[in-house]
Amino acid sequence: MSEEDTMEEGGTVKKFLYVNRRAPYGSIYALESLEVVLIGAAFEQDVSVLFMEDGVYQIKKGQDTKGVDMKNFSPTYRALEMYDVEKLYVEKESLDERGLTEDDLLVPVEVMTRAQVSDLMEEQEVIFNF
Amino acid sequence: MKFAIQVNEGPYQHQASDSAYQFTKAALDKGHEVYRVFFYHDGVHNGTRLTTPPQDDRHITNRWIDLAEKYDLDLVVCVAAAQRRGIVDDGEAKRQGKDATNIAPRFRISGLGQLVEAGIQAERLVVFGD
Repeated sequence: MSEEDTMEEGGTVKKFLYVNRRAPYGSIYALESLEVVLIGAAFEQDVSVLFMEDGVYQIKKGQDTKGVDMKNFSPTYRALEMYDVEKLYVEKESLDERGLTEDDLLVPVEVMTRAQVSDLMEEQEVIFNF
Repeated sequence: MKFAIQVNEGPYQHQASDSAYQFTKAALDKGHEVYRVFFYHDGVHNGTRLTTPPQDDRHITNRWIDLAEKYDLDLVVCVAAAQRRGIVDDGEAKRQGKDATNIAPRFRISGLGQLVEAGIQAERLVVFGD
């Protein structure tokens, strides 16, 4: 572990990665992941959020949930910036496999390859996988 | 090693809470520290005292309780996830106007901040679930 981890309580800043892998409404993981990100923002950690596999659908533009009678929580992703959660990443292969491009997404992201995702994960100290 | 444990799936439905228990018990028996066990998503169902499995099956909730008694383990159920799924303690019953409680002894209901804090404090956060 690095020196930073031994700092006194309150002063520790760790690299946190939230990995979102599931579509937004088929299960509750996406919504409850977003809740951790928002609460976690108060702890002022070094936060990154990654969308991969079906998780890329969480930030797809034009979500309409009326037909399934669930709350459309996708506008909340646009608010992440106000919580100083600004490092949003999307895996390129996941977009390609689903016929999506960066233009289909409702927030600005950095698109990275699967190999870069691997490097991103390697850098982290805490990974939440949802 | 100082661990934090996150349990994301319900008992009996999924092996995650069994694996989390076995891991936590093994770590404690070997002399490691477990800073906190945090129950999220359907994992909150691990913490209902109304759990009544058949007599020839393992009692997942009581297993956690026994482990907590032996090692003074901190078992935390996420409040937001618990509210959705009807896991209630005295405080929540008062606040939400409910006529019953079902939280198991040794479990407590608290916020998602407890999960993020556990990630900061522990040397390893180990997540059990899909």
